[in-house]
Amino acid sequence: MDSRRVPRTVSDPKVRQVGFFAPPDRSQSGPNIQFSSSPPVSDLSPSGNSLSPVMIPPPRHLSADLSLPRPPQAPLSPLRRDSIPVGSYNPSEFSSPTTTDFPADDSSSPGWHRRGSSGKFATSLPSAGFEMPAAKQNSFTVSRLTTVSKANVPLGVTDKDGEVQKERTASSKPLKEKTTKAERRALQEAQRAAKAAAKADGTKTATAASGELKSSLNPVKIAKGTSQKKESPPIAATEKKGSDRATDKDRKKDVPHPRMQFDDKSRVEKAKKRSVVKQTEAKNRVELFRHLPQYEHGTRLPELESRFFQLDPVHPAVFKVGLRYLAGDISGGNARCIAMLQAFQESIKDYSTPPEKALIRDLTAKVNCYVSFLIECRPLSISMGNAIRFLKTRIAKLPLTLSESEAKATLLTDIDRFISEKIILADKVIVKHAVTKIRDGDVLLTYGSSSAVEMILLHAHELGKDFRVVVVDARPKLEGRLLLRRLVGKGVKCTYTHINAISYIMHEVTRVLLGASSVLSNGTVYSRVGTASVAMVANSFRVPVLICCEAYKFHERVQLDSICSNELGDPEAIAKVPGRMEINHLDGWSNSDNLQLLNLIYDATPSDYVSMIITDYGMIPPTSVPVIVREYRREYLWT
Amino acid sequence: MWHRSASFILDKRENDDVLSSESRRMSSLSMAAETPQQPNPNNPNISAYYQTRSAHHGVVTSDWLAQAQAAVGHSPDGAVTENSLSKTVDSGKTFSVIDEFNNWRKQPDLAEAVAAIRALASVIRSSEATTMMELEIELKKASDSLKSWDTTSISLTAGCDLFMRYVTRTSALEYEDFNSAKSRLLERAEKFGEISYKARKIIAMLGQDFIFDGCTILVHGFSRVVLELLKTAAQNRKVFRVLCTEGRPDRSGLRFSNELAKLDVPVKLLIDSAVAYSMDEVDMIFVGADGVVESGGIINMMGTYQIALVAKSMNKPVYVAAESYKFARLYPLDQKDMVPALRPIDFGVPIPSKVEVETSARDYTPPQYLTLLFTDLGVLTPSVVSDELIQLYL
Repeated sequence: MDSRRVPRTVSDPKVRQVGFFAPPDRSQSGPNIQFSSSPPVSDLSPSGNSLSPVMIPPPRHLSADLSLPRPPQAPLSPLRRDSIPVGSYNPSEFSSPTTTDFPADDSSSPGWHRRGSSGKFATSLPSAGFEMPAAKQNSFTVSRLTTVSKANVPLGVTDKDGEVQKERTASSKPLKEKTTKAERRALQEAQRAAKAAAKADGTKTATAASGELKSSLNPVKIAKGTSQKKESPPIAATEKKGSDRATDKDRKKDVPHPRMQFDDKSRVEKAKKRSVVKQTEAKNRVELFRHLPQYEHGTRLPELESRFFQLDPVHPAVFKVGLRYLAGDISGGNARCIAMLQAFQESIKDYSTPPEKALIRDLTAKVNCYVSFLIECRPLSISMGNAIRFLKTRIAKLPLTLSESEAKATLLTDIDRFISEKIILADKVIVKHAVTKIRDGDVLLTYGSSSAVEMILLHAHELGKDFRVVVVDARPKLEGRLLLRRLVGKGVKCTYTHINAISYIMHEVTRVLLGASSVLSNGTVYSRVGTASVAMVANSFRVPVLICCEAYKFHERVQLDSICSNELGDPEAIAKVPGRMEINHLDGWSNSDNLQLLNLIYDATPSDYVSMIITDYGMIPPTSVPVIVREYRREYLWT
Repeated sequence: MWHRSASFILDKRENDDVLSSESRRMSSLSMAAETPQQPNPNNPNISAYYQTRSAHHGVVTSDWLAQAQAAVGHSPDGAVTENSLSKTVDSGKTFSVIDEFNNWRKQPDLAEAVAAIRALASVIRSSEATTMMELEIELKKASDSLKSWDTTSISLTAGCDLFMRYVTRTSALEYEDFNSAKSRLLERAEKFGEISYKARKIIAMLGQDFIFDGCTILVHGFSRVVLELLKTAAQNRKVFRVLCTEGRPDRSGLRFSNELAKLDVPVKLLIDSAVAYSMDEVDMIFVGADGVVESGGIINMMGTYQIALVAKSMNKPVYVAAESYKFARLYPLDQKDMVPALRPIDFGVPIPSKVEVETSARDYTPPQYLTLLFTDLGVLTPSVVSDELIQLYL
C-alpha cells in the first residue's frame, strides 16, 4: 500500500490546502472539539471527517494522527479533492466511519467490502510498537485518555477535559514540528502493529479503566483491540472515534464519491475497479457534462441480475431495490426514498452483529456499503441523501447499553416514523395547504408527474371544487400520461399537451402546480428537466407558480445552474422514438464522433420564478427556505 | 353595561342612508338584518374592520364627524380604562370578551389588535377557572369569538393568535401552582399589551431616520403609525413636505391632512388618480398596513398596490410602517386570493342597478414592490417577514 501512497503524498498538498482551509469548523479538529462538547453524533455529521488531516491545526494534530493507523498524508487520494463540503453529497455521508479493522491494504481491488480480519496486521506487520520516543507515547496516552473520558460523559465538558487538552497541546506541539514524514510513518506503523498484536491477543483487559491506561501504552492497545460493544462501551466509543477517521479514509477511496467528477480519468479508473456493477462508459458525452457519470444503458442490468445469487455483501432487499432503480421501475423522489428505507429495514431485520464488532459501527459500515451500491445503480436523489443522513444519525445515536435486538427494533421504528411523518403525513399537510389555493373555475397546470401534485388535485376534486387540469408532458419519459390516466379515471377534467405548446396553453392557466426533487437553500428548485421552462413561461404570463415539496427534501446546498450537479439519462432515449421507424434517422449514429446526445434528468429553476413553496411547515416564499432547513435540521438531527 | 361602539354609530348612519339614498340600496347590503345593538358579525358583506376605520379616521360628512366625535368624546380614554377595570370586577358571570373588546376599541388611538389583546388580558383577569387547562380553554374560546366577530380584520386575527402564543407558551407555567401561574399569565398578557401599545412609538423612532430634510413624502390612507412617524419627524425638526391622497371612499386622506396641518407640516392633497402625475416630485412613499402576509407583501387600503407599482416604475422607495401584531399567516397569490373585505361606496349620484360596483376595501401589494418594512421588531426587508413568522408560529 505504501507504494501506492507515496506518489500521492507528494502530489499536490498545497492546492488541497487552499481548497480545504476555507470552512474552519469543518476541519479535522472538528470531531475533536465536538467530542468534548457535544454528543457523539457530530462524529457522523458530514463535515467532521471529510477532510484530510493535512490541515489539522498543529496542537491537535498529533492526537488525531496517533490514533490513526496510517500516515496523515494517506488520505490525500485524488478521490477526495472534490469533497469540499457541500452538503449531503459529501463523501463522508455515504462513506463515513466506523469499521476499524478494515484491511488497510485496499489495493486488492474488489475486496474493499470484505470485512477485514483483524489478525491480518498481526501477521503482515512486525510489531515495532515500542520504539516510539517517550514523549510521543506520553502524548498518545493522554489524548487517548481524553477521548475515553469524553465517551463516558458525552455531554458534560468537564474541567478535566480542558486540562487534559491543554496538556496534550503542550506536549504535542513541538513534536509536530519535529517529526519528519518518515518518522511519522514509522510511528504509525508501530501503532498499527501494536494494535493488531493486541487484537490477536484478545486478552480481556478491556476492563482497564482510564486510570490504568495512563500508566503505559500497552494496555491501551489491548483494551482497544478487545473492546466490544457490550463489554466496554466507553472504550468501544474511543476506538470508534480514533479509528473512524482512519477507516473513513479507506472508505473514501473505496466508495464512489456521490459527486465524483467523472471527467477525471484516473479517478474514474479507480472507481471502476472497485465497483460492484460493471459499467461501460458512454463514448460521446457532451463537453459541459463530462463530470457526470454516463454509462451505456442496458449493459448493467443483465450483468447484475445474473449475480443475484452470488454471495455479495449487499443484502438481497437492497440488491432488489438497486436493480429496480437501474431498470427504472421505481422513479419519483418519494417512491425511491421509501423503497430504499424499506430495503434498509429488511436488512436491519436480518442483521446480526458479527463477533468482535460493535453494532453501531458495523451497521453504519453496512449502510455505507449498501448506499455505495445504490449509487452505482443510480445516483442518489437529494431526498434519499437526507434520509440516509437521518438513518445514520439514528444509528450513531443508539445508546450503547441497548442490546442488539432492542437497537434493531429502535431503528426499525425510527425508519417507520421517518416514512410516516416526513413523507406520508407531510404530503397530507401539503395537500391540506394547497387545496386552499384552488378556487372554483381555476385552470391548474402541472408538468410531468408529481405524487404530491396528484394528491392535491385528487383531493380538491373530492372536495367538489370545480377546476380543470392541464397536464404538460415531455419526451422521453412521458410520465404525465400515467398521471393523466389516473386523473381522468377519477373524473377530473383534463387537457393533455406537450411542453412545446406551453406558451399557447399558459394563457388560460390560473395556477401552476409543480413537484420538486429538492429545494435548495437559495430557493432554487431542483426538479425534473423542463420544470424551469414551465416556471419561466408561467412567470412571464404572471401566473403564480406553486412548488409542492416535503421539507425532508430541502437541502442547504446552493446551486446556480443545472450543470454542476445533475444526472444524465440514457442518450438512446432521446435519439430513438420507439415505434416510429420513419423518424428514427439517428439509428446507429449515436456512436458517431460528431454527435453528442444529452439527456438531462433534472434542471434548476431560479427562485425568481417561484411564487410559493408549499411544505409541511406551511406555505413559504422561496426566500425562507434556509429557515426551514435550519429548523428542520435541528429537529431531525437533535431529537 | 357596555358602551356603544363607534362602528355602531356608523351602522345607524348607514341605516339612515338606506332610507334616503338610492345608491345605498343598489349596493345590496342587507342593512335590515342589522340590529342597532351590535355591529353585525353575521353579515359578511360589510367589513366591520373598515367600518371602524372609517368611523375613526374617515371623513364622510361633516355632521357625521361631529356625531362620531361626540360619541367618542363622552368617554375619554382614562375614563374608559377605569370603567372597564371596574366593570371586570363587578360584571362577574356576565363578562363578555366582545363587550370588553368593543369597550377598548372605541378609542381611536388604540389599534384593534391592541384592543383585542387588552380584552383577552381581562379575560384572564376575570376568569374563574381553577385549573390551567380550564383557563386556557376559556382563553381560546374568547379569542375564537373575537376572531369570528370580524373575520375581515387581519390584525385582529393575527393579534389574537400571537397573544395566545406569547402568553401561553411559557415553560415556567408547569412548575407553579395555579394562582401564581395565572398571575404570571396575566403579567405576560399585560406585557404583551404594553409591547403592542408601544409598538407605534418604536416604529416612529425607527422610521423617522429615513426622512431627510427637504424630502417629499407621499402618504396613502390614514395610518396611525405613519402619522406617529411623521409627527416624530416633525418634532425632531425635520423639514419635509407631505402629499396626501384623498383616500376614497371614506376619504381618510382628508382627515390625515388635517392632522398634519395641525403639526404645521406642509401638506398637499391629491385625488387618488393623481398619484402617477405627482410621483416625479415624490422622494418616498409611506403606507401603513392592515396586515403583513407571509410572502412579505402587505394587505392595505385599496390603491396601495397601484401606488407601489407606479413607485417601482419610477424607482421610488416604498416604506411600510406596521406593528408586528399585524403579521399574519396568510399567503395571497393574487388580488382575489384573500378574504374579501367589502364596504359600501357612496358615489354621490344614483347608480343604475345594472352597473356593478367594485366594493373591495383593500388590495395586496406583493413584496417585490416594497422596499422596507418598519416594524417594532426592527427595520425589515420583506423577505425577513416570513422568517419572523416561522419563528413566531412554529
